[in-house]
Amino acid sequence: MIAYLGRRLIQSLLILLGVSLITFALLYLLPADPVRQIAGRSATPQTVENIRQQLGLDQPFVVQYWRYLTKLVSGDLGRSYIQRSEVTELIVSRLPASLLLMVGAILCELLLGLSMGLIAAVRRGTATDQTLMVASFVGVSAPQFVVGLLLLYVFAVRLSWFPIGGYGTWRHLVLPSLTMGILGAGWYARMMRSSMIDVLRQDYVRTARAKGLARRAIIFRHALPNAILPVIAMIGIDIGIFMGGIVVVESVFGWPGIGQLAWQAIQRVDIPIIMGVTLVSAFAIVLGNLVADIIAPFIDPRIKLR
Amino acid sequence: MKKFLASTVAASALALMLGMTSVRAEDAVDPNAKQGGAITITYKDDVATLDPAIGYDWQNWSMIKSLFDGLMDYEPGTTNLKPDLAESYEIAPDGKTFTFKLRHGVKFHNGREMTADDVKYSLDRVTNPKTQSPGAGFFGSIKGYDDVAAGKAEGLSGVTVVDPYTVKFELTRPDATFLHVMAINFAHVVPKEEVEKYGADFGKHPVGTGAFKLAEWTLGQRIVFERNADYWHKGLPHLDKITFEIGQEPIVALLRLQKGEIDVPGDGIPPAKFQEVMADPEQKARVVEGGQLHTGYVTMNTTMAPFDNVKVRQAVNMAINKARVIQIINGRAVPANQPLPPSMPGYDKEYKGYPYDVAKAKALLAEAGHPDGFETQLFAMNTDPNPRIAQAIQQDLAAIGIKASIQSLAQANVIAAGGDKAGAPMIWSGGMAWIADFPDPSNFYGPILGCAGAVPGGWNWSWYCNKDLDAKAAEADSVVDPAKAGERDKMWSAIYDKVMEDAPWAPVFNEQRFTMKSARMGGADNLYVDPVHIPINYDNVYVKDVQ
Repeated sequence: MIAYLGRRLIQSLLILLGVSLITFALLYLLPADPVRQIAGRSATPQTVENIRQQLGLDQPFVVQYWRYLTKLVSGDLGRSYIQRSEVTELIVSRLPASLLLMVGAILCELLLGLSMGLIAAVRRGTATDQTLMVASFVGVSAPQFVVGLLLLYVFAVRLSWFPIGGYGTWRHLVLPSLTMGILGAGWYARMMRSSMIDVLRQDYVRTARAKGLARRAIIFRHALPNAILPVIAMIGIDIGIFMGGIVVVESVFGWPGIGQLAWQAIQRVDIPIIMGVTLVSAFAIVLGNLVADIIAPFIDPRIKLR
Repeated sequence: MKKFLASTVAASALALMLGMTSVRAEDAVDPNAKQGGAITITYKDDVATLDPAIGYDWQNWSMIKSLFDGLMDYEPGTTNLKPDLAESYEIAPDGKTFTFKLRHGVKFHNGREMTADDVKYSLDRVTNPKTQSPGAGFFGSIKGYDDVAAGKAEGLSGVTVVDPYTVKFELTRPDATFLHVMAINFAHVVPKEEVEKYGADFGKHPVGTGAFKLAEWTLGQRIVFERNADYWHKGLPHLDKITFEIGQEPIVALLRLQKGEIDVPGDGIPPAKFQEVMADPEQKARVVEGGQLHTGYVTMNTTMAPFDNVKVRQAVNMAINKARVIQIINGRAVPANQPLPPSMPGYDKEYKGYPYDVAKAKALLAEAGHPDGFETQLFAMNTDPNPRIAQAIQQDLAAIGIKASIQSLAQANVIAAGGDKAGAPMIWSGGMAWIADFPDPSNFYGPILGCAGAVPGGWNWSWYCNKDLDAKAAEADSVVDPAKAGERDKMWSAIYDKVMEDAPWAPVFNEQRFTMKSARMGGADNLYVDPVHIPINYDNVYVKDVQ
């Protein structure tokens, strides 16, 4: 177990290093010159050169990357080119909002997805099953941008049940969580359905039925706990999809998380922020996968860590 | 020795007649204005910084103006210069020495009195390369600038503190734009102790002498300004509080305005909703329209064949159907026929420009040796409506035989292509188009049409360099006497007329501004389309529903 953990940690670090190198290289190769973005249109060539020197952007790629890495080790993500604040400060101030949205989204997707999958499995082959599976397919394929604007229009503008974007109370959280949750719900519904069908075929379920247990008791007491575990283990992996989604959803709803920060930074070629958010997201994904892998054997004893 | 004396533009003639050294009538405060109340402004993007030496976008530009003051400013809603922290100024006859007398008793938000030392410190700071100010170049005419920029000196030798209330500037050349330069944000006065206390984070903890002070900044969510009760300008500001809510998409902001939750959407009316808003009389009544110091144009790279032939460039000028391009942006602009926008001093009202004439354009192309046209590329920024505008121009060019393929790219990439001599044959400037830093005709020349800008990484994307015109521009800018401003404007008109003869650009339109506000907002319309405050002049507006 300890050897396994050590190996996985080293792997994770290598992945993060790879992500940092690739992102840094891509941003370096970008034809856009960040210095001219910073300097603005009235700056003289001398001002531009001064700023380039100050930021160390006149140095070769290897030097720039090495400098970035050495600072990174001490937790310094540098200063934003445009906002001129510490990237760490910007990310830390926005992380709680993103985490809150993540919790909300996971609740939504589990609640929606698991119940849809459960109903579909129990009613397997019926019209209900088919409708739910089509719905889950739509949920998986619908662009979040469109879902977000639709929800906003119907529930905030027309019905005034929720505020039109913003942050602060639980009512602000509902629509963005739902938008994020609908995508995940689609996946969970499909996984839950197949997992549940699997379990319902097992001998112990047949035994329970033979004992004359009520259908409800069989499903909720015997089948569900076993069917749900492998699905729950997917949450860790889900973080990757989530990190992609927040960029869109946070922008639509004006949610002050790191997705919105990333989107603004990309538009302004604010390289330190793009690097910072990418690394934090990569870290979250790596961590999620690691946790998912570690808890897997506890949930399903057939899996062994090696 | 004759000296020019001035204070408010209206008072300057009087001052000269009376031979007084300083006359300053306090600016009139709107008698209908009510004191108190709070408003909410929304923005999509985070506010970058509130450091006047660094902030350089339309979002923070106006916010900084409310937190800080400079020696000069403009009368609200106009482009008329007036002394601000200065009480009066003198210009020596050679146009190279400017002496400012400072107002007494002006206090920073931390309670300390502002003096001439602060003025000098602020200018030394903004020009110091360590500050990384995008505006350092504006101060290039001050003596000692080159040494500071090169890191050889810590302070500008041309700025002298005569006494606590007098500061003298010596220039290396007569500079008619210098008073404007003293009015831009980069010249705003900052207190040394606060800058040193916060270092690189001063932009998050701004302390100035302005009408408002920063009360709260929650990153990514909101910024709150509250009224500076000790503001030196009695009766201002009218509002007690301004809340800027960040992270609101323009479309969401409009919905909230319609529900009465906010007062001004800072990013304006979203283009997709513009016609809907203007079709509703109730909403339209709350939209204020005004001119803007902006020109949208197509650059033609004069060093690249076939655009090295003036006839080809003139043909392009005649081929573009400007009225149709303006339709694409729902009529939010007026056609342009010269580089300067109509609201800019020096705009030549007599100049008619190139007519829209397809037959004549074709004839010019044939004369230039391209009777069947040619293939080229048109670069444009990839955000709406620019690709659609580029397509309209593409169709117009096709009508005279020019087959232009559109390169629709991110802003930074278009800027990079324009700054590369072999990068872009044609660029539609939309989304990056020139908006003046200050209302002076020279502002549309140097970096975008002069030889100085025709360098790698420069903003003169047509690579047009006419040494003769550069000399004429320098001559016009040496006319410092405010009494001769009319003469100077004429010199600039002539320069731009000549530019149009050479046709390195095809000017397309001048964008109009449309500011939408809530029904409770009060104050003259020009405060809502103030040429230097976007979206609105925070210091002078008020709300009607207080008391």
